[in-house]
Amino acid sequence: MSKAVLTGTHFMNGDEACCEGALAAGCRFFAGYPITPATEVAECMSRRLPQVGGVFIQMEDEIASMAAILGGSWGGVKSMTSTSGPGFSLMMENIGLGVCTETPCVVCNVQRAGPSTGLPTLVGQGDMMQARWGSHGVYEIIAVAPSSPQEMFDFTIKAFNLSERFRVPVMIMADEVVGHMNERVVIPSPEAIHLVERAKPSVPPEQYLPYQAGPEGVPFMANYGDGYHMHVTGLTHDERGYPVMEVWAQEQMTQRIVGKIKNNLEHILDYDLVCMDDAEVAVVAYGISARSARGAVLAAREQGIKVGLVKLNVAWPFPEDFIRDLSGRVKAMIMPEINLGQMVLELERLSQGRCPVSLVSHPGGGIITPGRILAAVRESLKEAA
Amino acid sequence: MTPPTTAAVQPVHPQDHLLRTDRIPHIWCSGCGIGIVFGALMAAVMKSGTPLDDVAVVSGIGCTGRMAGYIKLDSFHTTHGRAIPFATGLKLARPQGKVVVASGDGDLLAIGGNHFIHAARRNMDLTIICVNNFNYGMTGGQLAPSTPFGAKTTTTPLGSPDEPFNFCALAAACGATYVARWTALHVRRLTNAITEAMNKKGFSFVEVIAPCPTAFGRRNKIRRALDLLRFYYDRSVVKNQLDPGEATIDFDHSLAVGKFLDIERPTFLDHYEMVNRGEVEAWPATGVDASAAGKRKAG
Ligand code: SF4
Repeated sequence: MSKAVLTGTHFMNGDEACCEGALAAGCRFFAGYPITPATEVAECMSRRLPQVGGVFIQMEDEIASMAAILGGSWGGVKSMTSTSGPGFSLMMENIGLGVCTETPCVVCNVQRAGPSTGLPTLVGQGDMMQARWGSHGVYEIIAVAPSSPQEMFDFTIKAFNLSERFRVPVMIMADEVVGHMNERVVIPSPEAIHLVERAKPSVPPEQYLPYQAGPEGVPFMANYGDGYHMHVTGLTHDERGYPVMEVWAQEQMTQRIVGKIKNNLEHILDYDLVCMDDAEVAVVAYGISARSARGAVLAAREQGIKVGLVKLNVAWPFPEDFIRDLSGRVKAMIMPEINLGQMVLELERLSQGRCPVSLVSHPGGGIITPGRILAAVRESLKEAA
Repeated sequence: MTPPTTAAVQPVHPQDHLLRTDRIPHIWCSGCGIGIVFGALMAAVMKSGTPLDDVAVVSGIGCTGRMAGYIKLDSFHTTHGRAIPFATGLKLARPQGKVVVASGDGDLLAIGGNHFIHAARRNMDLTIICVNNFNYGMTGGQLAPSTPFGAKTTTTPLGSPDEPFNFCALAAACGATYVARWTALHVRRLTNAITEAMNKKGFSFVEVIAPCPTAFGRRNKIRRALDLLRFYYDRSVVKNQLDPGEATIDFDHSLAVGKFLDIERPTFLDHYEMVNRGEVEAWPATGVDASAAGKRKAG
């Protein structure tokens, strides 16, 4: 059996499943810093990477961890870090460098309750807007939202594939409950795991334009040591990768790094629909709150209430067209989330009054129970009647 | 045979193949010391005999941080202060590579100071070139961790109340295996030092005392670039092997330059591989006598 892919059925927690997913995806470099509730990802990596010829390093802080994985990726190795809120805040500047230099890498945020040090050991979903907007400037990002240890495994592979394909840091927006709960995790055989590798240039170095749009708007990526002698900078740059302090270059660069995500939504967006065919009310949820929402929807269906679930597997980019369209077809949309209203703002923005949108919130420290969501569903139907 | 073109008879500088000539003119001021260090780095890359595909140059932010942008090698211009951890990732992903970090004193030792300390402690196999011009040039000349006590900058208009760092002492104390300091006018010795540092396995550190006439000299009454270059050179005293702790930058008595340290120590990757092969004895090496536990009173 491959040491990197532990094919079989396991009982493990979400953090460990994230580590195993990364190894199965081909990650061979991890730089991180301990933080509850993400520490187990790093611990698992420190144990497992040497077994598969990879390198683990505990850095001096999360700023260094993020910088190191960017370097690791340019060294040609799939790289990852994991953290929680406070560390995520520290990583923001270098996440921006990853966006600007189009560096494939994966950042796992096992969210806890904030702001600040908050409730280190208890669940939160308060970093969702930070994942989207936390680094300064103009950009698009991809974030997946696992709701179980199995999805921690599957979505980590998905995160690596998306990051290699679109050359963008991809966030795994997990949470403390998903990270710490133990459940069955099925790891397929290596042959059954679809992996994506960054597209490398085939032209000779003198013809290589490191930031020229390639297929899907994504430039071909040479690694350090491939002989291309490229320049990589966080300054606004042209297709040669050279800094150009001009508005046209800013326009060209930002339009492309935004466009490569926005123009490829059909390859990125991912949501599951549960009981949505005849639904009059849609619960839109992600992460651990999607588990509660599923419970609520199934219970409601038993009572004959026409409600369905839109489970966001990819939280960013947001499925704008789908939600816009949905808002014209349902009587209400409900978002449960463990914050005081973040992703619900997207529902409000997209529905534009076509249907009422309500939030089932929790400030952090506990999950939203199915009962609260069910009550919100009933309430919304009463108001619509 | 094709007749020689005009281009072919144009004189070619021996370092041109390492220079992004399509990016010239560069941004540095006339009289800036960074250009000399840049030339020394290109010369050292050639002298070191490293295959060019293996060399990476990583910079942070600042005037010196632009060095990565002009060298025609795999080059990375990163975020302010984070060149060393970025370089750490490059090195660990490609251990056969020679990774050079070239940046300024503010970048490496103020905002990036923590990374400097820890990379030296781990003996990360990196070559660090620090251009020390005693201020933040890019932003117009503010206080740096190297600014001499009493010197004027735009944020210390009455003179700096801060004590500066001795970078060489810091590097050595944290675990560097090679430590040298030269001024920008010691071009030959500087080139040799960078060459040695590149060929040194471990965390090697070369500090260059360099003039910033535009921002630092101007506010401290040494306006002409050549005067500033001379000022540092004339005060320097070559003291090879000097204890780095005593290698002070004292403009009144002696500005110590030279190769202060050149030792062998396993690198991070050496140790990582040893540990993973099970070759490192469990700590503590002397073992633990359980029966002795609690017998000795603390105090
Ligand atoms: S401001 Fe100073 S350090 Fe910067 S380029 Fe000019 S002389 Fe050099």
